[in-house]
Amino acid sequence: MTEGGRAFREARRTLLLAGAAACLPLGAQPQRGQPQRAQPPFRLGLLTQGDDERYSPQVLLRGFPDAPGGRSEPAAQIALNDSLVTLQMAGRNGAQLVALEAPTAAEVPASLQQLLQQGVQHVVLELPAAGVAAVAAAARGREVVLFNAAAPEDALRAAQCAPNLFHTLPSHAMQMDAVAQLLVARKWNRPLVLVGPTPGDRLLQAAWQRSAKRFGVRPIAERPFKLSNDPRERDLGNVRLLTSDREYDAVVVLDADGEFASGVPYRTVLPRPVLGSNGLVAQAWSPFHERNGGPQLTRRFLRRASRTMTGYDWATWMAARCAAEVASAYIKAGLAQQVQALRQGAVSVDGYKGQRLSFRGWDGQLRQPLMLAHGGGIGDMAPLEGFLHPRITLDTLGYDAPETGCRAG
Amino acid sequence: MSELKLLEAIQKQECERRGRKGSAEDAEGIQNIGSSLRPLRNLCALCVRLFCFSLLIGTSAHAKDTGRIFVSSEKDNTITVIDSAKGDLVASPVVCKRPRHMQLTPDRSQLYVVCSDEHRLLVWDIAGSKAVAKFELGEDPEAFDLSPDGKTMYVSNEEDSALTAFDLATRKKVYEVKIGGEPEGVKVSADGKLVYVTSEVANVVHVIDTAARKVLKNVPVGKRPRRFLLTPTGELWVTNELDGTVSVIRTSDHTVQGTINFLPQGMRREDVSPVGMALAPDGKTAYVGLGKANHVAVVDVATRNVKGYILAGKRAWGLAVSRDGKRLYVANGLSDDLTIVDTQAMKAIKTVKVGRVPYGVVIDD
Repeated sequence: MTEGGRAFREARRTLLLAGAAACLPLGAQPQRGQPQRAQPPFRLGLLTQGDDERYSPQVLLRGFPDAPGGRSEPAAQIALNDSLVTLQMAGRNGAQLVALEAPTAAEVPASLQQLLQQGVQHVVLELPAAGVAAVAAAARGREVVLFNAAAPEDALRAAQCAPNLFHTLPSHAMQMDAVAQLLVARKWNRPLVLVGPTPGDRLLQAAWQRSAKRFGVRPIAERPFKLSNDPRERDLGNVRLLTSDREYDAVVVLDADGEFASGVPYRTVLPRPVLGSNGLVAQAWSPFHERNGGPQLTRRFLRRASRTMTGYDWATWMAARCAAEVASAYIKAGLAQQVQALRQGAVSVDGYKGQRLSFRGWDGQLRQPLMLAHGGGIGDMAPLEGFLHPRITLDTLGYDAPETGCRAG
Repeated sequence: MSELKLLEAIQKQECERRGRKGSAEDAEGIQNIGSSLRPLRNLCALCVRLFCFSLLIGTSAHAKDTGRIFVSSEKDNTITVIDSAKGDLVASPVVCKRPRHMQLTPDRSQLYVVCSDEHRLLVWDIAGSKAVAKFELGEDPEAFDLSPDGKTMYVSNEEDSALTAFDLATRKKVYEVKIGGEPEGVKVSADGKLVYVTSEVANVVHVIDTAARKVLKNVPVGKRPRRFLLTPTGELWVTNELDGTVSVIRTSDHTVQGTINFLPQGMRREDVSPVGMALAPDGKTAYVGLGKANHVAVVDVATRNVKGYILAGKRAWGLAVSRDGKRLYVANGLSDDLTIVDTQAMKAIKTVKVGRVPYGVVIDD
């Protein structure tokens, strides 16, 4: 970071604290009528990884759906600002964001150590899956709560889960469940599925196959694709050849990279909608979301970051909100009790999606509605109307308690 | 009111003047033009008189208790005007960009309308059915309330996280108080000394001292607090949209004394999202719009017991009760209509189509 950038960041932090002072009622701490000793500012860590390819300028420029739009630090700043009154009422003297970038995944545990030494107990992770797994392993038994805000991989919520690891970004399973629900609701039960060859594509495929089975979607075929112009393998690279079946209701394209998927809509042989990695995409946030106070959050972000808010930004914002919320509600309690409160759903936060959102006890995933968004709006919100659950409708998306592969919760 | 009387007086004079002129011309006409044109001339004069008369009748009838219902519609920039006697749509004039919160002036001759996307207040003359003034209200105004003397307007500014006080005579901002994120509902205490504002983000009710121009106290309530109701017994009710509850605050010491829960039969807890409230004229019954639960709860104010639920439209959220307490009007945000409820029978009797995304209801009765 440049000198100017650092100065700017410092200035913003000062502003944050000034804002806290402005909201202070007459007679410093009126809560419960007793003067409390002001606690130090709430310090939130934000851990990023320098070589995370998703945030490289070239990848950001492509602007494929459901990819980060840029670093999400502004979202964390907004969340702390939103939480100031709550923190201050709990006796916290403002809030501070401690952002730290590890050059590679190997240095991530060391960066966590650095944050812990600075007294940070709540850390938002803007890391790829490997980084999250490394931090979670390094944080085992330590006094810290981790919020994964940038890795959708299901394994982090199953085999690699940890008691103090929470996830605000929707998982692959949740995204695919949302897509499957939409297909069923629209009676597009017989889609054609196109799957890429990369390990990332395989993860999407596994999530998709689970969702299709769960909601009774029966694809007419599942076909591999390859990003290639080679005439010798044009049956793998040409969308028209890949979609030349006589009948299908929709095309589900599973492409972690996004380049192939971006060329599928409007190139199919039959005039059919495209879903999955392009076309209609299930994501945590869309700037087209216009209910439940959504535009206010989108505007706050736009003003601060000078770009539109993505699902990844929302996940960081939500993580920071949850951290501040639990830190104020359980200010006198230890971190273990905070973790327990989050796990038990005792802490719920308004995510501007019309419902109180809380974490699932079994895998630490934040239950939330997903937006099935396309380039010009929102097709629908999942869970779709008609999909019910014995207890919480939101749990129709993702791994439910009996299905979870997490043994650490 | 004085303005209106003046208007009436001017119109009356004008009519009399024109009437006399008509007669004079009439008299001349007898001599100059001949008898054939006389009936026509008489008719013309009669027309002028009749027109003036109807104007007067119209004005006096419109001036007060027009029985008109006004519903603001966020999405098509209109206010829908409904005849409360017949329950029919009268007009839907385009007023400004994104009209939201509305309130009658203390003399009930004009309607204040917040135009959120224009950042302005519109003053709508009820008798003339037209806008008579517009002035700046600061960034993203949402809701407001008036001081008891009607001179000061307190507005919540969503984007600025502030409560702004405006002097209505000079149309200038007097001061602002910085508060928690996304302030929404505003209520002035009966004596005008305090203003209550909700913060949807901080989940508190700010108690603001209008003399000191400072936050006196923050009262933690439920998730996403929205609107207020002041009961005659000195209770401040606030709807918590995401908790699906109403928090009851005692105004003598500003502490939360209780919480009212709602669950209409067959609805899910997460659908219960109360926003708007209205109090019956006798102060004994409160109506709470339950949002996506599509019902209005009828609550006994004294016992805080829910007496029943009335089925309305989709996202029932803007509420108003008629002055005689017999009718309840519910704006349904997601079905673009207004439900008219017979409060005695606790049943909807009619649904009227209004503009896109109806927000608030005001009755001039």
